[in-house]
Amino acid sequence: MSQADVPTASGGRNPAGQPRSVLDDTGIRRALMRIAHEIVERNSDPENLYLVAIPNGGEPLARILARNLHEIVDVDVAVGVLDTTLYRDDLVTTGERPRLRRTEMPSAVDDRVVILVDDVVKTGRTIRAAMDALMDFGRPKVVQVVGLVDRGHRELPIKLDYVGKNVPTRTGETVHLRGADGCLDDRLEVVLLDAASGGTA
Amino acid sequence: MIGRDLLGIEDLEREDIERILETANHMREIGEREVKKVPTLRGRTVVNLFFEASTRTRVSFEIAGKRLSADVINFSPAHSSLKKSESILDTARTLDAMDPDVVIVRHAVAGVPKRIADVLDAPVINAGDGAHEHPTQALLDLLTVQQEKGRIDGLTVTIVGDIVHSRVARSNIYGFRKMGAEVRVVAPPPMIPAAVETLGVKAFTSMREALDGADVVMALRIQNERLAGSYFPSIREYAATFGLDRAKLQFAKDDVIVMHPGPVNRGVELSHDLADHRPSVILDQVRNGVAIRMAVLYLFSGRRKAGRSERIQGSS
Repeated sequence: MSQADVPTASGGRNPAGQPRSVLDDTGIRRALMRIAHEIVERNSDPENLYLVAIPNGGEPLARILARNLHEIVDVDVAVGVLDTTLYRDDLVTTGERPRLRRTEMPSAVDDRVVILVDDVVKTGRTIRAAMDALMDFGRPKVVQVVGLVDRGHRELPIKLDYVGKNVPTRTGETVHLRGADGCLDDRLEVVLLDAASGGTA
Repeated sequence: MIGRDLLGIEDLEREDIERILETANHMREIGEREVKKVPTLRGRTVVNLFFEASTRTRVSFEIAGKRLSADVINFSPAHSSLKKSESILDTARTLDAMDPDVVIVRHAVAGVPKRIADVLDAPVINAGDGAHEHPTQALLDLLTVQQEKGRIDGLTVTIVGDIVHSRVARSNIYGFRKMGAEVRVVAPPPMIPAAVETLGVKAFTSMREALDGADVVMALRIQNERLAGSYFPSIREYAATFGLDRAKLQFAKDDVIVMHPGPVNRGVELSHDLADHRPSVILDQVRNGVAIRMAVLYLFSGRRKAGRSERIQGSS
């Protein structure tokens, strides 16, 4: 994420070039606690859960979810990280290849309830890539998806099972999670940038 | 960063090398999975154009391409059209008309991959040309050292053997120098190129001095027994003076690692015992070779000359 140095303008309308906060730290943590409860509600066997984060944004979210699940049902839920870059459908013939990210799947996915965790979901193409990648690791019993922010603009038949917040956006805008590189207790924030400020999401 | 072709380490910037190593590190994880395949280069064609016999490098590129789901075609013109006196460039042009996405070239003459790259639309990866360069070998050596030592900057690397005929030595000298290591070469004097110091290396004829404090020792293959007599008196004498064994390694650092591009002449460049056991890391080099070649195929495949890429973009 390259916009770390852009000053924050929380709330209000979106003056040209200024990032607008769409979900602050408290809001994110509240949403993740609610989602943890929903996960427990929907899945009778929490021992069988496996949280799989899509880097980079999904990682801190998955770890917070794991901590929340531990609080609620006293179970240590496995957390994996799955890079989707090599499964993307837009690796065009020209231009720079995207940087790869870490993949770390500490336990087998066979017969597990795998919950994919991403920060911002838009077209659904990343989730499609993640599902393909997941299948190369085995045959999960069920796959569910957490999106902290759902922007709409879906291009594939993909629906989210758990949503932090629906944020209607225009296609040119970018939405991203800040503070996702640090430790669990760093302040997180989801911000929206308009097209002119040239974000990369 | 990173040009269209990979012809030599000499052309790369340090950040290019770092990007390739970082990518290869992620590619290595794929080799540890049960399903060792990702769909990244599905529908792309990789051509192995090997004018000089090679099994190890060709197989390494072939596995790398297949792990990325590319179609890999092996073409060894020595056995086909070249016998009908078709020129190398004609062979390359014919291949190019079949629209490969990347062409891997090995040739016994320095500069041939460059000549082929000049006439092809597809990017060219040099898999070894004469005594010029063998860039993917140097990259896999860099990756192996980085993995073993956690860094390359500030290390002392000693290369032992036939420097003057070795593309592996040349590529490694460029690579390790660019990454901030001190590079020494040691060999019988006729095997050390005249102006080797201009590459930023120190030349030695004494193993004891060359190995003193070394973190990494790289032995080169004695390519040809015919060298005996003109470059050194006999294979046996070469082995006694420049062959690595545990006694000579005493001069190096305690945690020294020993590398060899393979195949090893056991009892010549390395003692039998060193060829198979730590501190030699020869099989790690082979494993890393696949990861480096996956990284190189990922980063370079699909790049084309400007005119061609405009055409592709225009049609989409």
